Amino acid sequence: MAKVILKLGDDISTDTIYPGRFMATVLPTETPAFAFADYKEFNKNLNDKKFTPGSIIIGGNNFGCGSSREQAASCLKGHELVIIAKSFARIFLQNAVNLGLKTITAPDIEAHENDELVIDEAKIFNRSSGKTYKTIPLSGTRQAVMDAGGLIRYTRKRLLKTNART
Amino acid sequence: MGLTVAEKILARAADKNTVRPGDIIEPAVDLAMSHENAALVINQFFEVYSGTGLQPKVWDPARIAIIFDHRVPAESSKTANNQKKIREFVKEQGIGKFHEIRGDVGGICHQILPEYGYVRPGYMVLGTDSHTTSHGALGAFAMGIGATEMASVWSLGTILNLEVPGTIKILVNGTLQPAVYAKDIILNIIGNLTANGATFKVLEYHGSVIREMSVSGRLTISNMSVEAGATAGIVPADDTTIRYLRDVAGVTDEIEPVSADENAVYEKTVEIDVSALTPQIACPHTVDNVKPVSDVEGMELNQIVIGSCTNGRLEDLEIAAKILKGKSVADNVRMLVFPASARIYNEALKKGYLSDLSASGAVIMNPGCGCCLGVHQGALADGETALATTNRNFKGRMGNPNADVYLCSPATAAASAITGKITDPRHERI
Ligand code: SF4
Repeated sequence: MAKVILKLGDDISTDTIYPGRFMATVLPTETPAFAFADYKEFNKNLNDKKFTPGSIIIGGNNFGCGSSREQAASCLKGHELVIIAKSFARIFLQNAVNLGLKTITAPDIEAHENDELVIDEAKIFNRSSGKTYKTIPLSGTRQAVMDAGGLIRYTRKRLLKTNART
Repeated sequence: MGLTVAEKILARAADKNTVRPGDIIEPAVDLAMSHENAALVINQFFEVYSGTGLQPKVWDPARIAIIFDHRVPAESSKTANNQKKIREFVKEQGIGKFHEIRGDVGGICHQILPEYGYVRPGYMVLGTDSHTTSHGALGAFAMGIGATEMASVWSLGTILNLEVPGTIKILVNGTLQPAVYAKDIILNIIGNLTANGATFKVLEYHGSVIREMSVSGRLTISNMSVEAGATAGIVPADDTTIRYLRDVAGVTDEIEPVSADENAVYEKTVEIDVSALTPQIACPHTVDNVKPVSDVEGMELNQIVIGSCTNGRLEDLEIAAKILKGKSVADNVRMLVFPASARIYNEALKKGYLSDLSASGAVIMNPGCGCCLGVHQGALADGETALATTNRNFKGRMGNPNADVYLCSPATAAASAITGKITDPRHERI
């Protein structure tokens, strides 16, 4: 069971998740400090470790649209958040998978801040409203990258295999 | 069954006879582009190699392009250090297509790649920038990826687990009215498709208006395809493409255009007749919030920006200069012009566009991304409104979440500079 700590609307862009003015900061160890930097109170709570790992952000359609900046995924991964949205923008979704940030697509999800959600294999149960929402699983190949612990490890394995052959 | 342009390119790159939407493939990459975010790619690239006992070596240094554009010259020591790290890596790995901060060969990545002939029809192009879709204007399959994905590409030379996207055909026919341009067409298309109407899809552009359009206009269209969520935005190559690559980019070797099969299968076809299209504008804070300029005419402005990988090309500067020549930028606005590349800057200088713009009160900035992404120059104050020829108006995009950004064509921007208010360019003689 985990708590919803932020509820957002449609088309939340990477400029909102990780504002451009912090883009010179690139390392996944340093980006979490600037997650949602323009949501000052939320950002402070994140940095003060007010939320437990696994806490949930709810997005609408097209979450993570805009720039390909990977900081938008790494800053959320650094706080071990889970992102549930009606749909995701392509590059953000792939970046999240590549970095091992947990994302769940739930086209009908309804939840408010402070709601308690139970995340299951194929559905989400909102304990606060008593409603259940179905989820769309990641594609097999994306799941394989998640299972490997991200694209760096996945690529490393492939690299060693290729090199063993030649 | 026939193949679309994207399917043909991906099949060739994956060494297959055919592919279908939904297939998972590992296509070989013809060109891999990064800008300042190469600093992160380098970090992730070394991570891939860490503990393997292998010497970190990119798969093909000749196929990697790195262009400094997002923060040039560096705005902070942090950026300067990132750029330094990249320079060292470029040298170490012998990366061929490197563009420094220079007044002769510098510029925005999405202008440099076409200008130098780095992209050809049929190429599989990846870039760590969402507007990598721009290069579809030359008949290539070009898409944006993240830094870790690029580190994987640098290591292996292929992109792993790519799902072949379906294609939407966009047919643009009719006759464009005066003061209506490629930017107005693509804004209109995005408004109709919505910001995620083409997510995981390729847009393939056809029709007489696209065929008659210059490569500059096509780049504007492919560039902004990502604002409808598209993976790629392709204008199949034709004589105009070849002429551009020969005459402007100086390409001398063989060019092989890829066209769709007669019986190619599209997910849907969207037809647009532009004959009645008027100048368009994207209103805050989403790119698909598109209206006719006439709907918001008279809105007071504080800053006008002409430039970016969308509309910072010679044709764009020419239109702006023609409108502003002998006129004056209104007192209440700051007008900033940043050409897309050093070459464009120098050509615009020779043709007198820059002096006309400067004399009118515009500030001519160095080539690069300038204020487009709100990290470097031209930030907005709280409550201010900007009108820009750039491609994004998300909250915070021009450096301040408490400001508004509207997007339009260079003609609309220039006409509005004279009045200091949003102005329909059809009132100007162009
Ligand atoms: S001009 Fe703007 S949109 Fe284009 S590459 Fe630079 S920052 Fe990105």
